[in-house]
Parts: sequence; structure tokens; C-alpha cells
Amino acid sequence: MGARVLLVEDEANILEAISFLLSRDGWEVHGHGNGGTALETIARLKPDVVVLDVMLPGRSGLDILRDLRADPATERLPVLMLTAKGQAKDRDMALALGANAYLTKPFSNAEMLETLRHVADPDGDPSSTGSTP
Amino acid sequence: MLSFDGLVAVCIVYVAGLFWVAFWVEKRASEGRARWLNSPLVYTLSLSIYTTAWTFYGAVGSAARSGLEFMTIYLGPTLVFIGWFWLLRKLVRIGRAQRITSIADMISSRYGKSGGLAALVTVLAVIGTTPYIALQLQSVTLSFSVFARPGALGAPDAESTAIWVAGGLALFTIVFGTRSLDVNERHPGLVSAIALEAVVKLFALLAVGAFVVWGVASGPADILARVEESSMADWKSNGARWVGITMLSAAAIVCLPRMFQVLVVENSDERHLATASWAFPLYLFLMSLFVIPIAVVGLQQMPAGANPDLFVLTLPLELGQGGLALLAFLGGFSAATSMVIVAALALSTMVSNHIIVPLWMRATEGENPMSGDMRRVALMARRLSIGGVLALGLIYYRLSGGTEALASIGLIAFLGVAQVLPALLGGLFWRGATRAGAAAGIGVGFLIWGWVLLVPNAATAGLMQGVLENGPFGIAWLRPATPLGLDGTDPLLTAMVMSLGANTFAFILGSLVTFPSPMERLMGAQFVNVYDHSQAPLAWKGSAGTADDLLTMAQRILGAGRAARLFREAAAGQGRQTQLPEPTPDFLEQLERELAGSVGAATANAMVGQITGGASVSVRDLLAVADETAQMMEYSSQLEAKSAELAQTAARLREANQKLTELSVQKDAFLSQISHELRTPMTSIRAFSEILMQGDALDAAGRQRFSRIIHDESLRLTRLLDDLLDLSVLEDGRVSLNMADTTLGDVLDRAENATSALEEGARLTIRRDKGAEDVPLWTDADRLAQVFINLISNAQKYCDAEAPELTISVHRLPGRVEVEFADNGSGIPPRQHSLIFEKFARADTAREAPGAGLGLAISREIMQRLGGGLTLVPGQSGATFRVRLPARALRAA
Repeated sequence: MGARVLLVEDEANILEAISFLLSRDGWEVHGHGNGGTALETIARLKPDVVVLDVMLPGRSGLDILRDLRADPATERLPVLMLTAKGQAKDRDMALALGANAYLTKPFSNAEMLETLRHVADPDGDPSSTGSTP
Repeated sequence: MLSFDGLVAVCIVYVAGLFWVAFWVEKRASEGRARWLNSPLVYTLSLSIYTTAWTFYGAVGSAARSGLEFMTIYLGPTLVFIGWFWLLRKLVRIGRAQRITSIADMISSRYGKSGGLAALVTVLAVIGTTPYIALQLQSVTLSFSVFARPGALGAPDAESTAIWVAGGLALFTIVFGTRSLDVNERHPGLVSAIALEAVVKLFALLAVGAFVVWGVASGPADILARVEESSMADWKSNGARWVGITMLSAAAIVCLPRMFQVLVVENSDERHLATASWAFPLYLFLMSLFVIPIAVVGLQQMPAGANPDLFVLTLPLELGQGGLALLAFLGGFSAATSMVIVAALALSTMVSNHIIVPLWMRATEGENPMSGDMRRVALMARRLSIGGVLALGLIYYRLSGGTEALASIGLIAFLGVAQVLPALLGGLFWRGATRAGAAAGIGVGFLIWGWVLLVPNAATAGLMQGVLENGPFGIAWLRPATPLGLDGTDPLLTAMVMSLGANTFAFILGSLVTFPSPMERLMGAQFVNVYDHSQAPLAWKGSAGTADDLLTMAQRILGAGRAARLFREAAAGQGRQTQLPEPTPDFLEQLERELAGSVGAATANAMVGQITGGASVSVRDLLAVADETAQMMEYSSQLEAKSAELAQTAARLREANQKLTELSVQKDAFLSQISHELRTPMTSIRAFSEILMQGDALDAAGRQRFSRIIHDESLRLTRLLDDLLDLSVLEDGRVSLNMADTTLGDVLDRAENATSALEEGARLTIRRDKGAEDVPLWTDADRLAQVFINLISNAQKYCDAEAPELTISVHRLPGRVEVEFADNGSGIPPRQHSLIFEKFARADTAREAPGAGLGLAISREIMQRLGGGLTLVPGQSGATFRVRLPARALRAA
């Protein structure tokens, strides 16, 4: 079984597309559509890596990231941020808050997979499918 | 019998005494300790310069020749002081208020600061006074020669005596008249010396008189008997001449430059005039008391042919009273010197102020007139003038060759200066008097006087003998001695009537035919109405008081600290122990400069002048002050307007900037939102199309599902772009409305049909009251339906009730109709009420529903275009929107 990834994304179609992509790549994929309850889901599922959308109903992805980094249990949890806003200041903000990587929608599937692998295992063989931190 | 050398020694001692008194008083006054100087008696005694050597010696001579006629010389001033006291008071008040320095200054000030008029009066005064000074020199020389009888040892050279006397007087006047350029033109030392001389001459005359009445005769009764015996009792008095000379002497008391000097310029307190109004006539009375007895006894005792003009002196000598004679000599000496000193002072002030300084200023135009250099020039001009005036007197004395009839020269001089009278009186009481009138009057009177009286009197050297006898160019009626062919009348009376008559006529005529300049009008009003303008007179304070006042003023303008420092440093610089410096010209100049920095030069000059009582606050100063003030006010109001304008501009800029910032923020947010709304469907489309492109490991169902998603997302993109364009058109106001007749019910039907076709439509129950919907409308039915569709579909998407319901109710109100859409969901959180009409806004609860969040923004825009409105109704359990249709949308049913 591959590494476990949690996708926090409110757009059902995008969630479905990424889930399909990652599952096919061997990830154990979990989806979550609400910002307000994302932290509980993370605590319950203990994913190896989180793909986090910025614009979420309930709670913004940036707020969730801040909480993750403030919690010792999750401060080193790899996070890949997604945003549709495409402005430099959003990316800077996300990286400053401790995101491991950042992708602007729309992205190519290959870009998505490669970035996620790298986030999950920065030192590893790019071809491997991540490991437990 | 006193030797000539002894006499000279006595004179020198006497003059030295005068110097000492003057020095001592100046010193006391500068220390502010000369309170007694402020006595009205000193003022009254100083007025006694009216009684010169001419009256001291000449009155007895006149009495011996013409009986009581000498009384007229005393009568005129007495009448003025008692009867015309109000005239003198007005003169003094104006003199103080306008800081008048001389009679020429007075006339020129009244007629608009006319330099030409001042120069004219000055020339007149010099010509009128020069014979008078010559007269005094002559009297002194004569009295000297009396003591040095012919044949006596060391017989005096009369001419060298005159030179010595003139030189000594010049020195005294220069020393005490021009010690500094005393801004207030008062000379306490000089005035005190004059007062002392007044006492000496009165005492001398009384002593001689008492000796004559009780020493020679045996009392007043004996004198009266002797008068009856003498030829004096037979002399008929000439009524016209009496009236004439009385009037002339009355005019002289205000017009003579030296009298104006002591009466007005040297006056330190207006109240002194009240004392003088009785004390001065008393003085004149005492001076005249023994004139007749001396004359009568002299005529009896002295050898025939003796000069009666010298009886005062020769009678005691003849009777062996050497001491009394010496006293009489000193009295006459005092009378002569005091007159010459004050006359020289007054004339030099005029000559330097109105002739030399204006010429010098014209020559050095453009330089600062307040500089110390200018003060030195003025001082030097004054000194040169004193020397010049005395030299003129001396020259006149030598040329006239010592005429015996002293009194006639005095009267001629009187009439000369009396030419100023019409212009002076007219100026004081008639606002219509003008400069041209004054100049014409003075000029005409002056010419007549000069031709009829002065020329015959002066031209004795034979130069103009032909003119005297035949008239100029042989025209007989222009012959000076018999003008207009008048012969046998009194030349003085003729000249007086002619000159003053023509003078007055020219003055009035000139004033009537010319218009006064603004400056003349202003000064005329200030002179004529002086009591309305000037403050009650204040006594002249000592210099300590002045420094105090200056400090007070400086503190107001410079601030207490700076003023105190300035004064302290100045005092230290003068080597004084106190905090207050002597108000020297240097210090005043420095103070003025300091003040000028704050209030402007003219104002500073006027303020300092106001306190020191000097630098005469002239109308020109006042106008300059007014100009400065006006400029400052204009400047400051300009500044104020500018600053208000700037403040407004700044406020507008801030507002504009805020608006721009807001717009920029809004634009950023809008672009960010559009980016998000566009990128989101594109993300799905790209991801699924890449999956499809790879084509591996996908069954048919999967391919179809992914294609379907791509298709839906493409439609979503299209819808979004449609909405954006729609909103853009609506916001720009470029939308075209298709107004038509319809009913509310029809539009609602269309909206309900359109929404029920949608997937979500199935769940929502719509409740309508079709009966109430029969409202005819004049509107764009498509646009109104778009709004209704948006509201219904919102309820379909966001109503979170188990059994969602939407109630559409219609309320007909006066002038409008309202349609409410109320659902039974949990409603919109209050904090989001203000947001939901914004573009891309979606309530949190609506987050998961599809849609770009432009619907309500578009609906509100549409309703505004249709002349109505769309609002959220707060305080309802569910979400309730109210559509308002305006009155003009209603059609009469």
C-alpha cells in the first residue's frame, strides 16, 4: 500500500480528478471538502501528505496550514498548497506559513504527481512513491 | 565808574553763569530729576523773550517820543493771552499732537506737508527776523558804548563788540540748542537760562524804576505831577496807529518764530498755558510799570539830545548809580541775548529742516533717511544754520549802519512775520483752506511788505536811492515810501493794511478756487478738529520714564525675554548700572530696527516716535503704517485663502486617493475572484482531458463520465463569462431595456417554469398567491424574469430545510408594488447581509453549491435599471428577498 494522502478540496470535480490520478499512481487517497473540519480529519487519518486548497468553505487553507505548523504532531507534515488565485502574494504567503510546495490551478497531471512525490519525500528517488515520515 | 574791561568781565561771568545753569539743568533733566523744570512759572518766564532789548530800552524811548504808544506792544499779547486763550490752547494742542517743530512746520503740516510752503515761511521768517537780530546786536553794542564814554581808556570798537557778542551767542545756542538732535525739540537747559534772564531783566527794570520813582522823584504822585509838566501830556494818540500796532503785536505773539518756539515747541504741558494766561500779562504789566516814570525823569534829567532809547542805562549813570547801571546793562543784555538765542534756535530748526535737509536728501536720494548719517547731517545743518542766522544779523547790522530808531525796525519785523497769520488762523479754523491759498496769501503779503517797508529801511546805502525817490522804472505810484501814491499817511499802517489785506484776500480766493489734496483734507481735519482727535495732554516725562515706556512697548512686540535682553545689553553698552538704557538716538535706532522686524519699519518708527514724543508721527508715517497694515492684512488673507484652498485640495486628494485605493483593492479582489472562478473549472477540464489523452486503463463508462465533467465545466465557464459580460453591461448602463406591457403573474410564471426544468428544481415547493399577482406592469419582462429566476434558483440551491419551500407574496403599496421571496431555510447569517450583493460573494452555507456568486449582484443591477430595487429583508427565519417595482412601472388598471 502506498503512502496516504489527504486531499482537502471543495470542488467535487477537481477532487475526483486528483483522486483518480493519485490512486492510479499508487497513493492511498482520502478526500475532504470542508475547511472547518479538515483538522479533525487530518488528526483521525494521520496522512503522510496533505494536498490543501486555499479557497475552502468554512475555513481557509492558509488558516489550516498555520494550525498544522503550530501543532507539534503535525508541524513536519508535508503540505502541498493549491490555489486558483494565481497571485504571487498568495504563493509567498503559503510558503511563509510553511507549505512545502505550491501549485497554481490549472496544473498538469505530471506536475501534480511530481510535486507531490517530492513533497512527500524530498530526498527520495523521484520515481518512488513516498514513504512514512 | 566801572571800567570797560570790568564790564566785559562782568558780561563773561554772567554768560558763564548762564552756561552753568543750562548745563546743570540739562544734566538734571537727563537724570529725570528736574521736576521744578515742569513748573508753569518757568514756561511763563521763557515767554518773556517777547520783551527784547527793543522793549527793554526802546519802550522808554518810545514813551519819550510818542507817549503811551509803547503800551500797544504790551496790549496785543495781553489781549491774546487773556481773551484768545482758546486760540493758544489749540495751537499748543496741535503742536503737541502733530509734533510740530516750528511755525514753518506748522503751516506746512496743515497744508499737506508742503515742502515748498515750509521753505517759503522759512525764508519769510529769516528775512523778518534778521533785522530783529541786528537790532539786538545794536542794542548790546550801544549799551557797551554808553559805558565807554568817548575818550575813556580802551574805547570799544562797536563793530568788534557786535562780532564778539554774535559769536558768543552762536556758541551758546549751538551748545544748548543742538546738543543732540533732540527728537522732541525741547531744550530744558536753554529754556531755564532764558527764564533766568527773564528774571534778571524784570528785576533790573523794576530796580531802575524804583530808583527813579522813589530815589529821584519823591513817589508816584511826584511822577504824575512831572508827567503833567512834561510835553508828554500834550502828545495826541493816533487812534488808528494804536489799533494797528495792538493788532500787530497780538499777531506777533503767535507768528514770531521765537515766540512759537517757546509757546508751542518748548511747551511741556498744556496746563502751563493756563498759568501763563494770567502770569505772562502780569509780567508784561510789571515790565511796563516804570516806563513812563523813567521816560519823564530821563527827559528832565538828561541833557537835550540824549538818546531816549538808552535812558534806562544812561539815567542811573548820569545820577552816579554805577551799580544800578550795571544791573540795567545786564537786564538789557539778558533781553537781547535771550531773544537772539531763541530766534537763532527757531530759525536754524526751520532752515535745516525745511531747506538744507530736503536739499541734502534730494542730492542723496535713495539712501536710508533714518540712518545715523542723516542725523549727523541734520545736526550739522542745524549748527551751520545758527551760525548763518547770526552772521546774517551781523551783516544786516553793519549794512544798516546803526539806525537810531530801534522801535521802527521791531515793528517792521512784526509785520513781516505777521504775513503768516491768515494762513495760520485759516488753517486752524477753516477746513476749506488750501495750500495754494496759503502760498498765494503769504507770497503776496510778503512781497508788499518787503517792497513798502523793508526796502526803504534796508536800502540806505544809496544803492536803490533812485528807486526810493522815483519808483522802479520811474513809476511813481510804485515808490516804496508812498505806495499807490499814498503820501502823508503812516507808512507802517499803510503797509499793514495793504499787505495783510491783500494777503487775506489772496488766501481766501486761492483756497476757494483750488481743491485740497487728500493729505490736506486729512491734515485740515486733524488741525481744525484737534480736540476730537488728540488725547488729553500728558506731562513730558523724564527719560527714565521714556525708557520704561519703550520697554513696555518692546515687551508687547518682541516678547518679555527678548525685550529685556535687548534693553539690558544696551544699558550695559552705555555703561549704566540699571536695566534701562538711556534712550539715545543710537539705541532708539537699534530698537526701531528690532521692532521693524516684527511690525514693519513705518510702524516701528511711529511707535518709538509716539513714546519718545519725537521722531514726529507725521501723516506720511501714518499712511505708511496704514499701507503696511493693509499689505499685511491682504497678504494674510491671501495666505488664509490659499491655505483653505490647499486644505480643500488636500481633502479632495485624500478622498480621491481613498477612492482609488478602494477601487484598486476592489479591482484586485475582483480580478482575484475572476481568476479563481475561471481557473477552477479549467483545472477539472485540464486534469480530465489529460487523463483522457493518455487513454490507458479507462473503461467506456469512465471515459464518458470524464467527458461529461469536461462538458459541464465548459458550460460553467461559458455561463461565468456570460454573467460577467452581463454585469459589465448593466454596470456601465449600456443595457437596452425592452419595455412592454405585461403582468406580474406572467413574469412569475415564466420564472417558475424556467427553474422547475433544472435538476434542483424538483425538491423546492413554490407557494404563490396568483390572485394578488394580477398587477399590470410596464417593464422589461425578460430582465425581470431573470431576477425572479435568480431568486428562485438561489432558494433551490441554498435552502437547507428538510422540505424546502419558497413563498412568493405580492404587496401593493401606494406608488409601488413589492414582491417577497421567503424560504423556510436557516437564512443568511447577519454578518453576511452586507456581502451577499457583492460580486462573487456566497454565503458560507452556500459554498458547496455551484455558481460564481454573480447572481444577486446582477439582479440588483437589473432592478436598479428597471427603476426599482432588490433588498434582503432582515429578521426573518429564512432568507427573504424583496423586489420593489417602482410607481412608474405601474399601469393604471
